Amino acid sequence: MKKSHLLIGLVVLLALGGVAAELATFMDERLAYSSPLAADAEHAAEPTPRELALEAQAAAQAEEDANRPYEEEEYRAFPKIGSRVAVWMVAQLHLLFAAFVLAVPMFALIIEFIGYKSGDKRYDDLAYEFTKLLSTSFSFTATLGALLTFLLVALYPKFMNYLMHVFSPTFLPYTLLFFFEAIFLYSYYYGWHAFSKRVHLLLGLALNLVGTAIMFIANAWLTFMTTPAGISSTGARISTWEAVTNYTWMPINIHRIIANVAFGGSIAAAYAAFQFLKAKTPEERAHYDWMGYIGNFVAIAALLPLPFAGYWLASEIYAFSQTMGLTMMGGAFSWLFIIQAILIGNLFLAANYYLWLGMGRIEGAERFRSYIKYLLIVITGCFLVWATPRSILATVGEVQAMGGSSHPALGFLGVMSAKNTAVNLLILTTYVSFLLYRRSGRIPTVAWAKLGNIVQFAIFAVAASTVLFFGIYGYFVEAAVRIKFSIPQVLSVLVAMVAVTVIDIFLLRGAKETETRWGQISNTSQYVLIFLAVTFTWLMGLMGYVRSGLRQHWHVYGVIRDTSPDAYTPTLGFATQVVSVTVLIFFGFIGVVFWLASLGGSHGSEDEAAVTSPSLAEGET
Amino acid sequence: MNWMIVLPVLLVLAGLRFVKPSMLGWAAAWWIAVWIIMDFGFAVPVPKSVVKEFLGIVTLALAAYVSSDPQRWAEVRDPMVAFLTERRHLPLLGLVAVAIPAAVAASIYLEMTAPAQAPTFGRTVHPAPPATLTVHDVTHDMQTLDNPLRSLETSDPEAFAAHLEEGRRIYYENCFYCHGDLMQGAGMFAHALNPIPTNFQDSGTIAMLQESFLFWRVAKGGPGLPEEGGPWMSAMPAWEQFLSEEEMWEVILFLYEFTEQRPRALHAASGGEGH
Repeated sequence: MKKSHLLIGLVVLLALGGVAAELATFMDERLAYSSPLAADAEHAAEPTPRELALEAQAAAQAEEDANRPYEEEEYRAFPKIGSRVAVWMVAQLHLLFAAFVLAVPMFALIIEFIGYKSGDKRYDDLAYEFTKLLSTSFSFTATLGALLTFLLVALYPKFMNYLMHVFSPTFLPYTLLFFFEAIFLYSYYYGWHAFSKRVHLLLGLALNLVGTAIMFIANAWLTFMTTPAGISSTGARISTWEAVTNYTWMPINIHRIIANVAFGGSIAAAYAAFQFLKAKTPEERAHYDWMGYIGNFVAIAALLPLPFAGYWLASEIYAFSQTMGLTMMGGAFSWLFIIQAILIGNLFLAANYYLWLGMGRIEGAERFRSYIKYLLIVITGCFLVWATPRSILATVGEVQAMGGSSHPALGFLGVMSAKNTAVNLLILTTYVSFLLYRRSGRIPTVAWAKLGNIVQFAIFAVAASTVLFFGIYGYFVEAAVRIKFSIPQVLSVLVAMVAVTVIDIFLLRGAKETETRWGQISNTSQYVLIFLAVTFTWLMGLMGYVRSGLRQHWHVYGVIRDTSPDAYTPTLGFATQVVSVTVLIFFGFIGVVFWLASLGGSHGSEDEAAVTSPSLAEGET
Repeated sequence: MNWMIVLPVLLVLAGLRFVKPSMLGWAAAWWIAVWIIMDFGFAVPVPKSVVKEFLGIVTLALAAYVSSDPQRWAEVRDPMVAFLTERRHLPLLGLVAVAIPAAVAASIYLEMTAPAQAPTFGRTVHPAPPATLTVHDVTHDMQTLDNPLRSLETSDPEAFAAHLEEGRRIYYENCFYCHGDLMQGAGMFAHALNPIPTNFQDSGTIAMLQESFLFWRVAKGGPGLPEEGGPWMSAMPAWEQFLSEEEMWEVILFLYEFTEQRPRALHAASGGEGH
């Protein structure tokens, strides 16, 4: 192509473009709206019809405002995120801090008591260090509680009015107990070195009793909303006591006490991990390694019975209402239980992993290392079973190939028989991991050591066989019978754990102890502790949503209907996002708590560390 | 199981004991073995969502195992560090550097050129029933509703047998076209339906439920499914338009009798206490 042709082509193109632009402008002007009044200069100062209409509208509005009667509002809207999400997040944050504030005094008191009985000052110092986390957390709990109350009153005024109708007699005791909790908590913390030990222990006991009572009252309100009692069919109060002692009140009380301890232990362990990672001296590392170990021990010890308590709560919900039971386990919320299974499976795996890493600091633990792979196989197998959905996420082609929404082979792992068996074996295996860890630093010297080991092994074998037997037999009986099989399964595991522990205590009396090198553990183990704390928190948020969301479009299930714009069940994805953001905010707050606690302990920390570090040759469990 | 695939994989895993590969090789072999078994080892293919879930768990477990002991961890870490840092591995490292984005590109290409499919969705097996149910202008409380004919099983076996026989007739006149003559959800119309009808022989279906639940599903069918927990897809007609209440209870009796299942019993303490 010649250059001149190219140039001519460009010029023509530009000319065409110019003509097109001119044409467009001309057409735009022709088609544009022009007011007939604008052209008339003498009408320019007069108001336009639109302005007149606006004036009339404003006057009508002013008159209506002046004569508007007072009407009670049912709901008010929270900007941007909506009322439900606002209350949901604040309630969850309040609950997480409350759980922590209730849990720490429980194990702090026990650790302090151990120190008092044994005369070992390290335990007393450790209990004090746990308690240091309380004062800021208590303030956060109270502030978030106040915010939650204001939000509820502001956003759900009519419903709150109803709750007051039923529960007003409980408010004064609640406030009084809260007042007493503040007194006991601060006197327990600030009076650590001021009171005699017995008085101080009594203060700790009072703090625990008051804290538990507060939780029991608050539990009455929320369980009433799910399983109402003590009211007429239209909601009129018949008996406040019956409303308090409703169907799921005691299952929630028990479940929450255990879960709070597990959660509190894990947060305290995360604090220790945080301090371990920024420790500068071997003494500090040793101290915080030990503290993290104790915190984690508390968390895992509470985690082991937790599935049983959860099972009881779920079965009570099912017993109260088949609809709610099916919504929970077979309907809209059942997918959250798959996420729950994955999170709990991770918890068990991480807890065992931490123990296995911990064996590295114990001299003589090598002899148990070969068992780890067998424990891991059982844990992984149980984890896989627990996380196998009954109704599988599948494409249309996959559903057609399977002949339904469950897989012909894997579908058997999706039912309760398999799940109960898996969780019981998981618990048993975690206990074995702990036992091996405990044994790592000790060599029995009693004459009957060999027989004791055989008996312990036999107990484990019988328990595991019982769990497996009922798990398999459950496939061949009707549902009503199968549900009852969970009792012998749970009992066999609990009895085995208690029996083996008792034997172990006697077996290790006078045992030869090897060196435990506290502080000589990989940083990975500390990240595992933080992972455990985050997972516990996430799990609490997720399961809290299930418990509350089960009511669906009811404020009080079957009695007071939710007529707000939020009266629908959010998608699972949205719900998990809200839970996740709440967990992130919580860890932002807890970071502040850790930071403040570390400020308090920073002066004279060298002396403190020197005093409180465990002996580097102890085998604590 | 697809034993032609599973057995060789198991043999290879058993052979690892004699070959004694490095920890890295051992972990990789186990991971690949699990993937092959899950993806190809089952006669009925396992959905991808479950394969991914299982592989995720196995990855975590293997990572926990290899890193729980300093020696094992060194066996995994050292070859990788050597591969990334030693000069002699440079050509291979270059190859890997090219292979990773190439694999990503290939994966995207395969995904984008795959034939269009209906989106994946999580179907829940048991939709939640309503608190009350109105059938033929009679309102029932679902908490307490039970099959009125069930008690005849012990009190009047002859009458019970007659109702069962009636249930059989109703089933084969109305239900078997979809649910099949063996109640496996494989009737002559089943292949035209998506999802296919429920397999009553499966112990995870009617055996898990109270008879009141079946009554609700039979009476209201697909149109009566709840909005929450959707999307529901069911071609089940609302049988209350064609059958009497007694006929629906009779066919429910027959479903349990034929499949040799027992309905879930009403809980002794079922129902709210105060309302």
